[in-house]
Amino acid sequence: METPARTLLPIELEDVGYAVRKARPLVGVSGVFSQGPLTVVIGPNGAGKSVLLRLCHGLLEPSSGKIRLGLETREDRIRAQAMVFQRPVLLRRSAAANVDYALKLRGVSAADRPGRVRAALEAAGLGSVASRAARVLSGGEQQRLAIARAWALRPEVLFLDEPTASLDPQAVQHIEGLVRSIHRSGTKVIMTTHDLGQAKRLADEIWFLHRGRLVECAAAEEFFRSPATSEAQTFLEGKLLL
Amino acid sequence: MVDFFEAFRTAVRLILDLDADLVEIVLLSLRVSLTALVPAVLIGMPLGAFVAIRAFPLRRVVVVFMSALMALPPVVVGLAVYVVLSRAGPLGNLGLLFTPTAMVIAQAILIAPIIASLTRQTVADLWEEYEEQLRSLGASRLGAIPTLLWEGRYRLVTTTLAGLGRAIAEVGAVIIVGGNIAHATRVMTTAIALETSKGDLVLAMGLGLVLIALSLFINAVAFWIQDLAQRVEA
Ligand SMILES: Nc1ncnc2c1ncn2[C@@H]1O[C@H](COP(=O)(O)OP(=O)(O)O)[C@@H](O)[C@H]1O
Ligand SMILES: [Mg+2]
Repeated sequence: METPARTLLPIELEDVGYAVRKARPLVGVSGVFSQGPLTVVIGPNGAGKSVLLRLCHGLLEPSSGKIRLGLETREDRIRAQAMVFQRPVLLRRSAAANVDYALKLRGVSAADRPGRVRAALEAAGLGSVASRAARVLSGGEQQRLAIARAWALRPEVLFLDEPTASLDPQAVQHIEGLVRSIHRSGTKVIMTTHDLGQAKRLADEIWFLHRGRLVECAAAEEFFRSPATSEAQTFLEGKLLL
Repeated sequence: MVDFFEAFRTAVRLILDLDADLVEIVLLSLRVSLTALVPAVLIGMPLGAFVAIRAFPLRRVVVVFMSALMALPPVVVGLAVYVVLSRAGPLGNLGLLFTPTAMVIAQAILIAPIIASLTRQTVADLWEEYEEQLRSLGASRLGAIPTLLWEGRYRLVTTTLAGLGRAIAEVGAVIIVGGNIAHATRVMTTAIALETSKGDLVLAMGLGLVLIALSLFINAVAFWIQDLAQRVEA
C-alpha cells in the first residue's frame, strides 16, 4: 500500500458556508474530521449533509469560510480520498471493469489491477458477479460495487453519502458490515444517514446537522445518551424537526 | 398507366437478376456514403462531445449553429463544394470534381453536423449523470470524453446510422459535384432523378425499391440496437 508521506487528515472546516442563488444549504460550519473515529453525519432531509460531503470532497467550493486539508496539490488530494454517492453511478460495463476503470484513472499499473479488482470485489461479496453488467445488478449489489470501487483505491478518507437509502434490511446489514471492515482497515469513514438506528450501530462520532448548521458534534455514545440541544433531543425522539 | 405495372415487374426482375448496371450503382452509393461516414464520425463525435462538456465563450451560439447546420440544404452544400473544387476554385488543381471523392466530401460535410449535434446531446445527458463520479475518481473533463463516448455507444451507433441514412438518400449535393456520370459517379438517388426525368421508369423503380429496402434496413438495425441496449444495460 502506497502510504503518502503526508496525510489528508485532519480536515478542518472554519466557518464554512455554501450558497446558491437564494438558498444557503450550509451556514457557518466549523469542525475537524480527524483520524480515528467513524464519523456519521446525521440530520433530517435537506439538512445539508450531502452538500457538506461534496464540499469536503472538493466537488464544491465553499462560498465562505475555509476548508483546510493536509495535502497541497489537487492531484494528491484526489488520490487520498474517494466518495460513494447516494445514487451509485456505475459505468455501462461489467462489475470488474468498473473497479478496473477507477484503478486505471488513478494510475495503477495494468499488472497490479486484476489482483486489486478481484480483492475488492471479493471483500464486497461480489466475486461471483464480477463479469456481470454492473447496471443489471440488484440495488444492494450496485451500492456494494460502488463501495468496492471506492475502496479498491485505498483512500485515506472515504465519504459515503446515505449508502443504504432505499435498500432492504438484508442489503443494509451487508453494507454496514462492509463499512465496518473498511473502518477497521484504517480508512477514515465519513458517512451520512438519516437513519438513526444506523447511526447508533455504526458511529463513533456524530455530526448533527439541521437547516445547514452544525448543531452538535459529539462522541456517539454521549450524543445518544444526553444530547446537548433541544433540536437533537427532538430528532432523537423521532419527532418531526421543523 | 398500363406501362406502370409492366415497368414495376421489370424493375423487380432487374433486382432479382442482379442486373449489372443496378448492382454497380447500388455498390457505388454504399461506397460513397459509407466512406463519407468515416470522416463525419471521426470529426463529428469528438467535436460534439467537446461542445457538450467543455465550457467556453459563445458555447450556446455554437450549439445553436451546430443544430442549424443539421438542416443544411444539400444543394447548397453541393454548390459550395462545386465552387471549391471547380477548375477555377481554390482546390481546382486536385481535379476532384465529378469524381466519387467529391461526392464523399459533400456528403461528409452534410452529415458531420448531424453526427456532432446528436453526439452533443447524448454526451451532455451522460455528463449530467456522470460528472460528479468522474471528477471524484480524478478524471479531467477532456479525459472524460472517451469514457462518455463509450458509455453512449449504443446511442452513438444509432446516431451513425442516422447519418448513413441521410447520406444515402441525399440527391442534391451529389448530383452537383458528381454529375451522374454512368459507370463513374452514378449513385441511386441521382440515377432515379435522371432516369425518371428521361421517362425511363424501369431502372428508376428498381433503384427506388432498393433504396427503400436499405432505408428500412438501416432503421430496423437502429431500432434493434436501441432495444438491445435497453435489455443489456437496464
Ligand atoms: N446545487 C444546489 N442548488 C440549490 N440548492 C441546493 C443545491 N444543493 C443542495 N441544495 C439545497 O440545499 C439543501 C441541503 O441539501 P442536501 O445537502 O442535499 O441535504 P441532505 O443531504 O441533508 O438531505 C436542500 O434544501 C437542497 O435543496
Ligand atoms: Mg443527501
